[in-house]
Amino acid sequence: MAELTYRAAIARGIAQEMRRDPMVVLIGEDVGSAGGVFKLTEGLFAEFGADRVRDTPISEQAIVGAAMGAAMTGLRPIAELMFSDFFAVTWDMVVNQIAKTRYMTDGQVSLPLVLRTANGAGLRFGAQHSQSIENWAMAIPGLKIVAPSNPRDMVGLLAAAVRDPDPVIVCEHKALFADKAEVPDGEIVDTLGTARVVRVGSDATIVALAAMVPKAVAAADRLAADHGVEAEVIDLRSLVPLDTAAILASVAKTSRLFTVEENPRLCGWGAEIASIVADEGFYSLDAPIVRITTPHIPLPSAAALEDLAVPSVERIVETVRRRMDDAA
Amino acid sequence: MATTAADIDRDTRLRMYRTMVECRFFEIRAQELFFEGLVRGTTHLGIGQEAVAAGFAAAMRADDYTFCTYRGHNHTLARGVPMAPIFAELFGRGTGLLGGKGGSMHLTSVEHGAMGSYAIVGAHLPIALGAAWSAQYRKSGQVAVCFFGDGTTNIGAFHEALNMAAVWRAPVVFVCENNGYMEYTPIGAVTAVEHPAADRASAYGLESILVDGNDVDAVHDVARTAVDRARTGDGPSLIEALTYRHGGHSRADPGKYRPDEEVAAWKARDPIPSYRARLEAAGVDAAALDAIEAETRDAVAVAETEARAAAEPSPDVLETQVWNDGGSSWRN
Repeated sequence: MAELTYRAAIARGIAQEMRRDPMVVLIGEDVGSAGGVFKLTEGLFAEFGADRVRDTPISEQAIVGAAMGAAMTGLRPIAELMFSDFFAVTWDMVVNQIAKTRYMTDGQVSLPLVLRTANGAGLRFGAQHSQSIENWAMAIPGLKIVAPSNPRDMVGLLAAAVRDPDPVIVCEHKALFADKAEVPDGEIVDTLGTARVVRVGSDATIVALAAMVPKAVAAADRLAADHGVEAEVIDLRSLVPLDTAAILASVAKTSRLFTVEENPRLCGWGAEIASIVADEGFYSLDAPIVRITTPHIPLPSAAALEDLAVPSVERIVETVRRRMDDAA
Repeated sequence: MATTAADIDRDTRLRMYRTMVECRFFEIRAQELFFEGLVRGTTHLGIGQEAVAAGFAAAMRADDYTFCTYRGHNHTLARGVPMAPIFAELFGRGTGLLGGKGGSMHLTSVEHGAMGSYAIVGAHLPIALGAAWSAQYRKSGQVAVCFFGDGTTNIGAFHEALNMAAVWRAPVVFVCENNGYMEYTPIGAVTAVEHPAADRASAYGLESILVDGNDVDAVHDVARTAVDRARTGDGPSLIEALTYRHGGHSRADPGKYRPDEEVAAWKARDPIPSYRARLEAAGVDAAALDAIEAETRDAVAVAETEARAAAEPSPDVLETQVWNDGGSSWRN
């Protein structure tokens, strides 16, 4: 057991898979000797060399397209997009090519590739370097999406993504890079599509993802201490596949559902979950489903405004406390 | 501009002739069936451009990779993909090459090295580069050949792929089929240089290569040089083949935006009859060439009959093959 940052867990997860399988390679901007602009790939170039850890030009279409071509011909590439916002630059490759080619060729082509990306707000980078893009990808058939919330899950979900035979987008949250936690020694491999109950409770279910998970847990602790509300917190971990069973089971117990989403309001992943629970868990509910999201705005850069936009511990506590009175 | 080469053996030349005839006869019939309503959706025909596909295919190893565009019937046939499943795909039948899920614009047969027809302009250049990088990394000796139109040279992915391929010395051959028109607009009217690919080669440290794309011997000559160069580790090439599509851009486009004299001049340089004349002048028996044409005509008819008889796709396949496990499930 060693204490590891979320940042270092990324490099550990990649290294774990590169040691195991010589077909695993890494490409991206500044990922080589520079170790990445966020230092997420530090040490990999030294261990695996320039053939397996390749720097690219600032050419997101070529990076993602090359990963696809390599994946369809025997490699298991990991491509890094420095900021998730840059998915917009290479969206054709992701949506029209990677996501659809297996279906369009009736299964002739397999694309075992990973697109890793620094996602989310908290660093005051403004609207073009702070977005949460997981919902964009969730809307496209053919893409799997994970968003780890802690160092251990980062290793395990990254490994699962690399071993998966389909394209997986790994959203690495910028606000979590410096977070530390104990991570078990040895190989860690998770299962895609498995949520985790990170705090047990009986009064309400709070579903969160990535950087919203620690906030939801902090809010739940405060709700218990200050308001006598015991909230169960589910770390979704994976959007596709989606662990609907875990959510429905929790709602069956608590009868109330809150989602905490960093994304702008419209078409966030919580809307899909709300739809599923309304359809399949309606008779478990004692009150309306409540989504706590960023307003439907581009993200501002000033600390005071960004903190106001993204769901905070205070907003989660206040919203849950107030809405718990509904239909009580 | 590179023209006819002397030292191509007779078998290769007959093979290239056969490939061109197969492409031509197949596409003529596909167009007729489109007008009959049997071929649905759209078609983008390469009638007039067959020499590029045939000249390159004859220079490739069986395990090399072809990447092409939505105008991809020729390149798919040239790799030896049978006609019946292609017809069936165009007819929307369950026995189609893609099970009815892709259509004319996405013909793919991985077992033949036909790694896909890509319908978003420029997308397949980075993908071909990736396949070449994979071959380089695996030391397999395979080469990727990537065909695209003149219009592609003005989209960003072209430049990204060319630069990265050159930096990585990837075993990929980029082949621009310059047929003079991006879709309906002359390429010269929207491009800053006269030769949209060749004039840009120097920007990536590559040799400027222009070839008569209606001369299959000339195409084959530059193809084998470029493919060998890629295979021996000397990196990518960018080749511009000058050619012409006899018809319009797609579907029922009559191509009326093109001057009649221009069309007539290019049809007079049709790659197939001119090659037949050259082969006969070189001593090939006319009867042998007649036989190739007769066999191909029969093969097209047999394939069409087979495809017509095939059933439509089963409703059971609608939600299959999104994932590698064969399904499309996104939840538990």
